[in-house]
Amino acid sequence: MSGGQIKGGTSLGRVRGLGSAKHGSQHWLTQRITALGNVILFSWLFVSLLLGDLTQYSAVRGWVAEPMVALPLILLILSVFWHFKLGLQVLIEDYVHADAARIVALVALNFYVFAGAAYGIFAVARIALTGTTAA
Amino acid sequence: MNMAGNRPISPHLQVYKWGPHMLVSILHRASGDGLAIVGSLMFLWWLGAIAGGEASYQAFLNIIWQAAPAAPVAAPGAVPDAVAAQTSLSVTNWIGRIILVGLTWAFFQHFFSGLRHFVLDTGAGYALKTNKLWSMIVVISALMATAAVWLFILGRAIGGAGA
Repeated sequence: MSGGQIKGGTSLGRVRGLGSAKHGSQHWLTQRITALGNVILFSWLFVSLLLGDLTQYSAVRGWVAEPMVALPLILLILSVFWHFKLGLQVLIEDYVHADAARIVALVALNFYVFAGAAYGIFAVARIALTGTTAA
Repeated sequence: MNMAGNRPISPHLQVYKWGPHMLVSILHRASGDGLAIVGSLMFLWWLGAIAGGEASYQAFLNIIWQAAPAAPVAAPGAVPDAVAAQTSLSVTNWIGRIILVGLTWAFFQHFFSGLRHFVLDTGAGYALKTNKLWSMIVVISALMATAAVWLFILGRAIGGAGA
């Protein structure tokens, strides 16, 4: 009869045999896929904003209200908020070492990303679905 | 962290000789975080202002860009003053412009640096000279693209009244 197992074991003992979580490449790959989405969508948005006159309200609103503008804008919001969630997550993991602070920061990041994306998508939907005239 | 004691730790940033590859790496993170935090707030503010109606959009423009020219509410007996129609820039307008120029640079820096990362992901571009060259190209072209965009905006503002 061996003695009682040391609680927790050694660092090596705790991980030996567990294998990886099989999610190692997910973060990396998603960051690249959303990056590619951003390249396409932001090239379009940047040129559009540059060539338009952003001081003319009715023109700006009318542009956003077009289906083939509103839809890519919503895709852009999804792509960029996802991408920036992954990026800021790495920043926090790299620089915030205290457990409590890191967890709070990561939770705040997740809340902000979802709230921000929802706000943006809702704004675009409101513009697109209420037409070109302001409420 | 407590296991370090006084054991030797790995050398940190200050002991390395800076090179373009290090600059472009840290700028990728800095510009990305700037875009994520400042850029996303500005973008959401802009969208929310459009959705909110003409008054809210004008309020956004008044703060970020420039107040609308004074409405033609002619004071009794006043002679219309063409010069007064051009409103001067407020403090927040200047701050807004500085932020927009900064975001433009961060956008190009992160964009070009991101394209560089796509190339690096294929396993190419790691030879020292190649790496240095493309790092410098990223930094320089981001600055040039930012300058080009704002010269374009400036030129349009000066050139055409209704542009």
